[in-house]
Amino acid sequence: MATEVAFWALAVVGVASALAVVLLRDVFRAALVLILCFLAVAGLYITLSADFLAFVQILIYVGAIAVLLIFGIMVTREMQRGSPHSRLRLPALVMAVALLVTLIFIFVGTDWAIRTTAPTFPEGTTGPLADVLFNEFLLPFEVASVLLLAAVIGAIVVMRERNR
Amino acid sequence: MSIGLEHYLILSGVLFSIGLYGVLAKRNAVIILMCVEIMLNGVNIALVAFSRYIVPTAPTVPTALTGQVFAIFVMTVAAAEVAVGLAIIIAIYRSRKSVDVEQMDLMKW
Repeated sequence: MATEVAFWALAVVGVASALAVVLLRDVFRAALVLILCFLAVAGLYITLSADFLAFVQILIYVGAIAVLLIFGIMVTREMQRGSPHSRLRLPALVMAVALLVTLIFIFVGTDWAIRTTAPTFPEGTTGPLADVLFNEFLLPFEVASVLLLAAVIGAIVVMRERNR
Repeated sequence: MSIGLEHYLILSGVLFSIGLYGVLAKRNAVIILMCVEIMLNGVNIALVAFSRYIVPTAPTVPTALTGQVFAIFVMTVAAAEVAVGLAIIIAIYRSRKSVDVEQMDLMKW
């Protein structure tokens, strides 16, 4: 019962804040509402008993990505212009609604192999996750670290002021 | 009515569609980057819900946590994407004094 209340509350908050990001005119307010959306998603992870992911979500999205986005808004001084819609507003709406209808149709129509008992992790998912990550997924893990290094170097190179 | 897999999947589809609309319909490049993040969050919800509700059948990955590991990789790539994306946006802003995607037509023919 508690899980249901939590799910519906978090789902409403998440969808409403995501809609606000798209519809608000003020860029900075959109960024703040986006943080609320990230927090709602973190709460949804907890209702799915994914505690480690919930904390990673708060650390990376709320802590790092949101700060980077707000930094980007401040640097680019687009606050006065607001967040206008492009000429493609109506086709985009049609496209998004069509995708949503198709997705819901597929999700409801598919015969999922639902497990009868939920997997239990009495000491949290952190230890079991590390076990999986450093055994089965060791190579992707190392590739991800190379990707992060490349992204850092790429960001520095792209943003560096050319000395003329 | 208890919460099942379909609830989480439909929620993730709604978030993905909202993000897609924002990516297609907005002109501010920073807002577009935010909407991409909303789309990635929707995908992550679906992945975590699968790892909670679906019986793993592939013989090589016998664990119930595969979906959560995928979500961790999605977050890693999202962090790299935001860093590079913002760097590109700031570089464009520096040379063109605007982050309006309708004015970024240098490579259009």
